Amino acid sequence: MAKPKVATGHFTGCFGCHMSLLDIDERIIDLVELVEFDKSPINDIKRFSGPVDIGIVEGGVSNDENVEFLKQFRENCRILIAMGACALNGGVPSMRNTVPLKECLEEAFLNGPTVHGGVIPNDPDIPNLLDRVYPVHEVVKVDYALPGCPPSADTLWAALTALLSGEEPGLPYELVKYD
Amino acid sequence: MSNEKMTILIDGVAVEATEGQTILQAAADAGIYIPRLCNHKDLLPGGHCRICTVKINGRPGSSCTFPVADGLVIENDTDELNAMRRAIVEMLFVEGNHYCPSCEASGNCELQALGYRLGMINPEYPYQEPKNEIDATHDDVYIDRDRCVLCGRCARASVQLDGKRVFGFDGRGLGTRIAVNSPDGLGGTNLSVDDRAATICPTGCLRVKGQGPDIPVGQRAYDSTPIGSDIERKQTVKQAT
Repeated sequence: MAKPKVATGHFTGCFGCHMSLLDIDERIIDLVELVEFDKSPINDIKRFSGPVDIGIVEGGVSNDENVEFLKQFRENCRILIAMGACALNGGVPSMRNTVPLKECLEEAFLNGPTVHGGVIPNDPDIPNLLDRVYPVHEVVKVDYALPGCPPSADTLWAALTALLSGEEPGLPYELVKYD
Repeated sequence: MSNEKMTILIDGVAVEATEGQTILQAAADAGIYIPRLCNHKDLLPGGHCRICTVKINGRPGSSCTFPVADGLVIENDTDELNAMRRAIVEMLFVEGNHYCPSCEASGNCELQALGYRLGMINPEYPYQEPKNEIDATHDDVYIDRDRCVLCGRCARASVQLDGKRVFGFDGRGLGTRIAVNSPDGLGGTNLSVDDRAATICPTGCLRVKGQGPDIPVGQRAYDSTPIGSDIERKQTVKQAT
């Protein structure tokens, strides 16, 4: 039987959840025995090779590029897991959600105390910001959520190994943290 | 208050209670935890949050305000009631702006701890993301209304324990907010950092300034044991004779 394929993706966040995934230490050797990594920042594979079994996404959805790639994940992943506070509720980036986007941009690029002769970036290569930062589950259907900022390596390991052995990723009390 | 003893039945267990107690108090004395948020052992019950709702002879009621009576049949730890409690906690999360990762109260927060205990992974309701005002006008204490759950503990503590009237509610419905009795903000009130009201907040809303998260992750109040474990450790469920 071919090894299950896993893809990971990063949207608006700090990459801390991926760091936490690497923090499983030598268990990563067991992990590569168990699964084959497809599209992921860890191996720098940019495109899906085809359908994968498990997709794990970090970060909230703050721009049109995030939306496009998140939809790719949903289309290509049999199981989609939202990983970390930003994916679950927008996290720290979503603190801008109570301020209108125009005000955010003007404060950052025009009126900030360290800005001189500023201009709001408008290059076609830069993704367009959305009106607010959305949690992943408000954009696509999510199958499982792993809270934490970041979820600890033990949390990620417990959830992944449970899923890979065909079980529901129920977590013990100590491994569920919102921070 | 007389000391007449009586017996109530909680989830099929006979519990001895004393006249004048509430269901929540009698349960706690017997080592049975009923989840609660706005309730505090040093304050008169407020009945605000409804998380302590139990079924009393088949009808829902808040156990923090309901006095015991001989023979009451109480349902507490049932899937139905815990799902209802989790729904309340989830609504509190989405009606505020609760960013646990950047909150000083994280790990010691009773709202967060209830989420853990009741099995909330992530709220299922849409985030409301209200715009709230921070009040930093006081020298020693601040109000971060993003984290307020309108439990009213500060208001009750100010009156009942401090002999002051610093806090109260303003507005109605979704517009309700915690208010202070000075047009100049908290700094214009006679709140002292030593008042019980200053430190009785269950979340990170009312905090003493200059206190960051100083307890390492793993050693905080609810890192390894659920909220209510202190009550359940009593293990003194008295079988009625």
